[in-house]
Amino acid sequence: MAKKTSHSKLPASHSQSQATRDGFGEGLLLAARRDPRVIALSADLTESLRMDKFLTEFPDRFIQLGVHEQLLAALAAGLALENKIPFIGSFAVFSPGRNWEQIRTNICLNRANVKIVGSHAGVTVGPDGATHQMLEDIALMRALPRMTVIAPADAEEARRATLAAAEWDGPVYLRLGRSKVAPVTDSEKPFKIGQADTLRPGKDVAIVACGLMVGEALKAAEMLAAQKISAQVINLHTIKPLDAKTLLAAAKKCGAVVTAEEHQLAGGLGSAVAELLAEKLPVPIEMVGVRDAYGQSGEAEELLAHYGLTAKEIAKAAKKALSRK
Amino acid sequence: MDPALTKEKEQELRLLAYRLRTHAIRMITEAKSGHPGGSLGMAEVFAVLYGHLLKHDPKRPDWADRDRLVLSNGHICPIQYAALAESGYFPVEELMTLRKFGSRLQGHPERGALPGLETTSGPLGAGLAQAAGMAHAGLMDGKKFNVFCVTSDGEHDAGLHWEAVMFAGKEKLDNLVCIVDRNGIQLSGDTKDIMPLEPLADKYRTFGWETVEVDGHDVRALDRALHTGRERLGRPVVVIAKVTPGKGVSFMEHDWRWHGMAPTADQAARALKELEAETAKIRKSA
Repeated sequence: MAKKTSHSKLPASHSQSQATRDGFGEGLLLAARRDPRVIALSADLTESLRMDKFLTEFPDRFIQLGVHEQLLAALAAGLALENKIPFIGSFAVFSPGRNWEQIRTNICLNRANVKIVGSHAGVTVGPDGATHQMLEDIALMRALPRMTVIAPADAEEARRATLAAAEWDGPVYLRLGRSKVAPVTDSEKPFKIGQADTLRPGKDVAIVACGLMVGEALKAAEMLAAQKISAQVINLHTIKPLDAKTLLAAAKKCGAVVTAEEHQLAGGLGSAVAELLAEKLPVPIEMVGVRDAYGQSGEAEELLAHYGLTAKEIAKAAKKALSRK
Repeated sequence: MDPALTKEKEQELRLLAYRLRTHAIRMITEAKSGHPGGSLGMAEVFAVLYGHLLKHDPKRPDWADRDRLVLSNGHICPIQYAALAESGYFPVEELMTLRKFGSRLQGHPERGALPGLETTSGPLGAGLAQAAGMAHAGLMDGKKFNVFCVTSDGEHDAGLHWEAVMFAGKEKLDNLVCIVDRNGIQLSGDTKDIMPLEPLADKYRTFGWETVEVDGHDVRALDRALHTGRERLGRPVVVIAKVTPGKGVSFMEHDWRWHGMAPTADQAARALKELEAETAKIRKSA
């Protein structure tokens, strides 16, 4: 355990590649220092969820449940009804994968102020293979009334999203990844739940992404710029509530949209954007994501390439969307 | 430990139980659907809880120091709704809106819809986990309240329930009391045929619980058993209340088909007559 640093600000994770789960661990610690109601619950994945520093500093506010994901959600609901702010941590396949009904009934219907933190989402889990690569969590959580869904793009954003989630009154799902990602967000800009972040202006096509696909979207925009195509890049960190204002303005300005996510196309970020645009402002949309398939063992980079979750595929999709204008 | 019930209080609680049964039959008949078997069986338990044991204040349902009553088997809510109305949480007349469009008395309890409901429930097996969360929060904050969780025997099939049993034993949640509605039936048949549970008390004991088995229709014995939960024994307490499903209505007793079926108008009239006769008998016994 490193010596405690100043309580006001944790070391910035901005300069180096870190996983979003690392940012969560920092954010959780800071949120706990700010608010005594913040507690953490682990289902035997303390270190994987980066809750170990919290455990060291706040042992009385940490609850270890063992491999009990249904209990994780239901117990947290009971704690939240008694004015605690529980952050429950597990792998996304188990929470919200295994405990969806407890999240629906005990957290959402009860209006319990629980923060569900699902790490190791997506194929970038790597060698563990399909069973551990959650690709359906956004869909599961987005369908629930009263739920807020956030998928941060880098560690710094995950840190700030964690702080925002602690202050948000109501259930939040925070989607995290295992592998390191290069920083893409600006820590000087305020992070606001439900407010999409335009990282790059553009006028020909709008690329809307979340998680590590935001970095790929920025690379794709560079590739497109070399071909004289101006692409706007929107970091849609909050998938629910959806920032309709930003998305409609981008669709109107660019007239073509590409979505990109490390998730099934069914029910994810792309679906959310398509639902909005189909109803309010139909423009050509191309979607990058996993097409009705499970993952498999391999290194993160190999898997991203295999499932088409790359800057190259986003750029290809952008050109296709442009051709449909 | 509280003193034993006086004769008068015992009489009052026995009569209250029959009033709750009468409400439940009327409500379910009017709604044309609902669960009479479990509701009738638990009348004495709810009479003792709301009429005597729980520290609660109908005028301040959110009073921070109240005892928490978590109904896990939400389908027997008619008996809880009746007990809440009799306690003064809302007008007794409102009971007849059960399960109707726009009613606060939802088919399964919904937290926030009606004062006095701690949780939303219905999907089985999840009540004890939430009650354990409340109990844990109470201990963290040094609060004096107790958490009572009513569970059905049928929902002991659910893995989640045992996750909570294991957790409460590990954390020694001695402000938590699990009450088991041990009526021996579930939706599709008798529990011994659908999924046997015995030896139930032994199972709890091996998870570090204090166990008490009691006749769930004997208000004096119930009061004694439930008080065990106030003693802070260093471990959680389970009170296994052996009850007759459909108790008080001869044609419903011990018949699993009455788990989730509303009586016809004729059947309801017969049921109410029997309940009236039993009420008169209790009055006479004073």
